[in-house]
Parts: sequence; structure tokens; C-alpha cells
Amino acid sequence: MQQTNKLTPFFENLNFERNDNTMVINLGPQHPSAHGQLRLVLELDGEKVVKAYPDIGYLHRGIEKMAENMTYNEFLPTTDRLDYIASTSNNYAYAHAVEQLLGIEIPERAQVIRTMLLEVNRIISHLFFLATHALDVGAMSIFLYAFREREFGMDLMEEYCGARLTHSAVRIGGVPLDLPKGWTQELLKWCDTVEYELANTYEKLLNENRIWKMRLEDVGVISAEEAQSWGCSGPMLRGSGVQYDIRKEEPYELYSKLEFDIPVSDRCDSYGRYRLYMEEMKESIKILRQLVPMYDKTAPQLMAHAPQYISAPKEEIMTQNYALMQHFVLVTQGMRPPKGEVYAPTESPKGELGFYIKSEGEPYAYRLKCRAPSFFHTGLLQEMLVGAYIADVVTIIGSTNIVFGEVDR
Amino acid sequence: MAQHQVNYASSAGLPIVLTTVDKLVNWGRSNSLWPLTYGLACCAIEMMASGGSRFDFDRFGTIFRASPRQADVMILAGTLSKKHAEFTRRLYDQMAEPKWVISMGSCANTGGMFNTYATVQGVDRIVPVDIYLPGCAPRPETLQYALMMLQKKIRRESANMNKNRKQNLRLI
Repeated sequence: MQQTNKLTPFFENLNFERNDNTMVINLGPQHPSAHGQLRLVLELDGEKVVKAYPDIGYLHRGIEKMAENMTYNEFLPTTDRLDYIASTSNNYAYAHAVEQLLGIEIPERAQVIRTMLLEVNRIISHLFFLATHALDVGAMSIFLYAFREREFGMDLMEEYCGARLTHSAVRIGGVPLDLPKGWTQELLKWCDTVEYELANTYEKLLNENRIWKMRLEDVGVISAEEAQSWGCSGPMLRGSGVQYDIRKEEPYELYSKLEFDIPVSDRCDSYGRYRLYMEEMKESIKILRQLVPMYDKTAPQLMAHAPQYISAPKEEIMTQNYALMQHFVLVTQGMRPPKGEVYAPTESPKGELGFYIKSEGEPYAYRLKCRAPSFFHTGLLQEMLVGAYIADVVTIIGSTNIVFGEVDR
Repeated sequence: MAQHQVNYASSAGLPIVLTTVDKLVNWGRSNSLWPLTYGLACCAIEMMASGGSRFDFDRFGTIFRASPRQADVMILAGTLSKKHAEFTRRLYDQMAEPKWVISMGSCANTGGMFNTYATVQGVDRIVPVDIYLPGCAPRPETLQYALMMLQKKIRRESANMNKNRKQNLRLI
């Protein structure tokens, strides 16, 4: 006779009261649609998920601890590896927090370039979301189309900073380089391409696609109250009908001077979020088009003038003795921000990304905490997945757009 | 009766090809390397870009497979943490012989910039590596070159599986 319930599943730190009619399965950490290293332990009743437990920590690299042993400038390239799909937004969030701590003013040209890079990164990240989400759901061709436009965006980033993925394109106090000649024209051309492809390829292929709608509509429903109580931000929150965007609530850089809308969807499901991502890309294109004429009007200063924190320009270092001494101290010891603590939120493509820094007046941060949006969205999975079919699990993971560099840090 | 003579040297040549079993098997193996979709961190995005429309790895016969049972190559793309190391070894053991490993990026090679308590300092502590691929993150062209190097390596190998397995065992 067949013996049931002989093998009890063993999972670290997890308690499952297993009945004979439910099955416990393990998804990940190596799964093509787990978006990195997500491990989900699912309890299934037939094809329905009864209980879901996201297990994280498979990409934990100790980034926050590393920050305590690095000078402020040294740590900046490490932030690239947090949300590696839009590196510049991490660089910016970190640099922004340190600048708040130092209390320095950023020159206008640097602000324009930073805002441009942030928006280019937003489009790159959203295209990546579209590509992988569609690939997970089963639309392979969208993956190929979206990666085509994404490569052109990466070319723009590469022309500016020399790297495709890990940009480090923002420095504390400004940007390292001016835009190359003709870069803004290339940018405008890319904007036209993306706008055309959005309207004529992606939306035409997907918006009214019967399979796409069947897979996404009423899947991964999250109400506004739930989204707020789980600490969601970015498209996950706006997809539930809450109009909240840090760019409007607490404007940084040039966002208070730019005209753009915050798209909101009150469908609360995966399809609404997909539409929201498409609308956000259109808004980013609008912002980029406004920034190009602003760039030409600015004076060519790229780094803030604060010699005790940021090295003076090369000419001054080479000609003035005191500037050279200050530069020497900054290079050998690192900058020493005043005592205090700061938290500066920014709107990264995935939501609210902020860095909390506590400084004791030393060249190393006493504590650095990264508030990453994906972490909260991963926690939400245990609520969203309950009641969903096993086939929808992949759709829901794709729809939350989580990146594990950010979750595990 | 006139003898009909065919001069193969002057016409199209003999209708047969002479080769060794080694060469034939290696030709097949090296031109259909199926990697495991094993994205760990940032390098996985470049690995996806390699499979995307611009770099198009399909023309090398590398089609990404989701199951280790169907894969020949494990491309370890990204930082391997100590928590994950156990799974890497299990996946490697699940792959069918012959199998190869490409270590992609600084993190996989040596631990890279993450010299911390949580990171494995080089995946060669867990699985035997054939090709080390530098960069943080390496460009898709670099991954392409690594695959071509691996193809070269396979073409030099003996098709005898036991010999290869012994080599692997020695490496571990």
C-alpha cells in the first residue's frame, strides 16, 4: 500500500504543516524567470498557491558593510552593482545623499547632464522590464525588439562614460565629463526611435493581444491599501491608483522645472502596470526633449566648487599651491563630511531608492543603509501569490520587476 | 569493351570524406554548445544581451537552456555567494557529460570587488573552470570570444569521455 506523507519536506527556518492534499514545491534559486536568485517555496493545492514564501539572501554581498570601510568616493562604483539594470540611478541616489550631507550646490550643466542620464536609464530599465516580462509570459519576439532599442540606449551611455552596464557616470559634486559632441542629437534621434517603436511595435503587438491580456488581466491584483501598507513605491504603487512620485513630491535636480505628468493606473493588476510602464517611457521621452535646449544655455562648469570636499579643477591644482595641498589630502585621506545623518529619497525606475548615511566626521561612513524598492516588492510576493495559479506565478514575479542586486545588497 | 576510367583527382574528388572519430565528435560538440541560463548578478544582463538581437549567439549554435540536464556549458555569470554555492555544485553535478564551465566576470573569477564574508572568492573553489573571462561586467563581445576559445579547446580534446572525466576529477 502506498504510504503518504512519509517524507516531510525540509526547508531551513520554514514550517509547513503539510496535508496530504497539498504539495510543497521549490522554485529557484536558479530559475530562468526568477529574475536573478529568487527562491520561492510554494505550497500548492492542486494548481492554486496556498502559501508562498520568498527566500532571499542568495546574492547577499555585504555592500552596506563594505561602505563602512571605504571612503565616500571609493564606494561610488559599488553602487553600480545594486540595481544593475539602471546603474546611474544608483550612482545618483548615493551622490545625492552625500551632497545633502555636505550641503553643496551642483552646477547647472551637471544637473542637466545628470537628469538626462537618469531619464535615459529609466527608459533602458523599462525596456528591460518589458523584454523580460514578455519573455517570461511567452512573447519571445518582444524580447528581441525591446533589446534592439535598449542596445541603442546603451550605446548612448557608452559614448558618454565608456561602460555599457556599470556606468559610474555621476560623481559626488557633479559629473566627470561633458557630453561628447553631437551626443544630444543622437539622444533626440533615439527618443524618436523609441517613441515610434513604442506606438508602432510594442503597443500594437501587446495592448490588444488576446493571449497577453488573458495572461495579465486580473493577475497579481494588489489594492491601494495593501500597496501602501507593504511599503510599495514606483510603478507598483502607481499601478494601484496612488499618485505618488518622488520627482513631484520632493523634487530634486531639475524636476521642479520640467513639465511632465505622473501616469497612474487604477486597474491594480499586471496589465495595468504594463500600461503604466509604457506611459512612463513616453513621459521620460518628453523630459529628455525639454532637457536638450536647456543644456545649450548652461555654463560649462561640471563639478561643484567646494575645495575642502571636492578637488579643484586641474588648472587650479597645477597652478595654486593651496589647491594642490587640498587635492593631496582629498586623494590620500578622502573627504571628511560634517557630523550628522541624512536620508535622501530619489525616484529610481523601480521606485523609491534612498540612501541613509550617518557620518561621524570621518572619511568613512559610520553606517550606510540603502532603501531599495525591490526589497519591499519581494516581500509583497507572499501576499500577491496566494490564490494565484502556478502558471501565473511567473507573470507576477515579472510584473513586480525585482532585481536581486538591490534586494539582497 | 572500353574501360571507363574516372580520374577523381581532376574531377570533383572522391565522394567520401576522411576524418577521425575525434574530429567528427568534436565538430559536433563544439558547434552546438548549449549553455545553462545561470544568471547570478550583473553579468547575467550582459549574457541576456548576448542572446538578444544585436549579438545573436544563436549563430554559434549556443541556445540557452533552462534545465541543467540539457546543457553542455555552465556560464557562471555574476557573484557567487556562499549561500548559493551549494546549489551551483548540485547543478553542475546534474549536467550530463561532457560539460564545461565558463567563469564570467571578475566576481566569478576571484570574488572581484566583493571581498566580504558572504562571497565565494572564485567559483573554481566550487566547480572546475575551463575559461576565465575578465571584466566587470564583460561586454557581450568578450563572452563571444570566450565561447570561441572554448570551441577551440573542445576541438583539441579527445572524444574519449573517460579521459575527459579523469581530467575533471583531477581538477576537483
